[in-house]
Amino acid sequence: MTVSDKPTMIEFRDVQKYYGDYHALRGINATIKAGEFFSLLGPSGCGKTTLLRTIAGFEDISSGAILIDGKDAAHIPPNKRPTNMVFQSYAIFPHLTVEQNVGFGLRRESLSKDELGRRVGEALDMVGLSGYGKRAAHALSGGQRQRVALARALILKPKVLLLDEPLSALDKKLRENMQVELIKLQRQVGITFILVTHDQEEALVMSDRIAVMFEGQIAQLDDPETLYRRPKSRQVADFIGTMNFLPATAHSTGDGGFDVDVAGLGQCHIPAEQAPGAATGNGVSVGFRPETLTILYEGQTATDRETPGTIEEVVYYGDMTYYDVKLDGVSAPVRLSMRNVPGRPVLDIGTRTRVAWSPSALVLFR
Amino acid sequence: MKFPALKTYAVVYLIFLYAPIVLLPLFAFNNSKVIAFPLSGFTTEWFQMMWNDTQLFKAVKNSLIIAVSSSILSTSLGIFAARATTRFNFPGKAGILGLIMLPMVLPEMIVSMSLLVVLLTLNVPLSILTIIMGHLLICTPFAVAILSSAFQSLDRSLEEAAYDLGETPASTFRLIVLPLVMPGIISSLLICFTISLDEFIIAYFLGGNQTVLSVYIYGQFRFPARVPAIMALGTVLVCLSICLLSIAEFYRRRGIARTGAKDTGGFL
Repeated sequence: MTVSDKPTMIEFRDVQKYYGDYHALRGINATIKAGEFFSLLGPSGCGKTTLLRTIAGFEDISSGAILIDGKDAAHIPPNKRPTNMVFQSYAIFPHLTVEQNVGFGLRRESLSKDELGRRVGEALDMVGLSGYGKRAAHALSGGQRQRVALARALILKPKVLLLDEPLSALDKKLRENMQVELIKLQRQVGITFILVTHDQEEALVMSDRIAVMFEGQIAQLDDPETLYRRPKSRQVADFIGTMNFLPATAHSTGDGGFDVDVAGLGQCHIPAEQAPGAATGNGVSVGFRPETLTILYEGQTATDRETPGTIEEVVYYGDMTYYDVKLDGVSAPVRLSMRNVPGRPVLDIGTRTRVAWSPSALVLFR
Repeated sequence: MKFPALKTYAVVYLIFLYAPIVLLPLFAFNNSKVIAFPLSGFTTEWFQMMWNDTQLFKAVKNSLIIAVSSSILSTSLGIFAARATTRFNFPGKAGILGLIMLPMVLPEMIVSMSLLVVLLTLNVPLSILTIIMGHLLICTPFAVAILSSAFQSLDRSLEEAAYDLGETPASTFRLIVLPLVMPGIISSLLICFTISLDEFIIAYFLGGNQTVLSVYIYGQFRFPARVPAIMALGTVLVCLSICLLSIAEFYRRRGIARTGAKDTGGFL
């Protein structure tokens, strides 16, 4: 079953939010499916956290509606909503033990001591913290706090788990491990996860779908691959990964595609699906990702187009090398990436080279 | 030692500060009615004299009633004010806070005189109750100042997390906020208790025929024969203060160890 067949869990209907004169959310319309791993991605101040907090009920909306599992959430306070949140600071209660933190939400259910212990134990097992129950919460490491926060939120079996930049305080290695663990956990419990992040890589790795937000609006809502390969605007393309932009002139070919004249690279055809933000005329631009360009070594030939150029900068990453190449006839250098495999030496600055590219990898922007 | 002059200064400063307090027990056990060196012998006579002084007991009882009441009342008021000023924004917030804090800098002379005039005009009989009211006025700013910093350092998402996990705002306050600001509350109670206990001017003006400890001690100094007994009383008070502060410090450190916060030093 694909995500689109599943029932709707959250629906935003023209959600607006003002803080005084400041327009924080400018007409959000979106639906989030049950069981989906959904990310809100954007730079700081774009409204992504505000939007998450409106789902939790910590922020009122100025107009519009939010439906959670089909019910208008307007007058439901946070403690009555079927949502639970993992806070950016984790918000672990420092005066309680791990056990008391995790079991906090069950306080109201008046369970027997055994039942409470069993549920807390289950939750701790789930996040890999078995045996930590008696520890003082403040004696935990960052990664452990994060797990306690997860267990505490999941123990109530919410319909939606809200995650506010949960990994931003962890170091790179731990963050990457936790990303994989979160994906596994989401599959295991099967509930809707909504993640707020400013890290595009994190969003691409973890999400079924991503809403990219700028200035209180959703700029594009798509699955990670579509978002990466066919961004609708230069702003989205720039925010997600690296993209080269070259000025171009475009003419519509009638079938939805475009004939494009790229300065220095010549004429080519771009099909309709590669031009989601369609535009014609002068002053449009084409974009392409670094990995769609390839340096041709001795004896290799291009399968499609090739353009000569000079290497201006080399950035070595271990598994990859990034090159800035000044292509002949193109004003600005373009960035391309090459995987460092045996028989492919890292080239020096100043080397003359040939670069292979394909019009099918180009994206047309307004 | 890099700066010997600074070290000397620090030592002299501390001697100057604490030597008079050390003199209290010295003269309290001295076998002479005259407060002067050389010491003449050991006695516990002055403590007995103090113990048999019914007037003194009455003053101590009054002082304790006043200090306990005003510290509890001003700390309770302080909790409301600190919570309101650290969590919410409302029109006139700065002005209201300024008015609450004003008695801290107003000369007590002025405060007690004006209170006296108002109370007499309204025909309110002077009693322990009027002293408590006066002390409430001067203790509350301290309570607000101490509690504000306690509430300020509370991470807001802790409250949101509890709310999110099904608690009501009231139970969140009881289960999360209150335990975490408890060291601040204890500080506030102790400070207010101390301020009230050794306050003189308001107690003197508004006490009517009710005598409190500070006023009683002042009165006793008119009779040279009673001064050694006052020394004995002072000794007892110093010991009690040290005990009280030690207990408070014990609880403060335990609180810090429990929540894993960083010890920033002093009791406040």
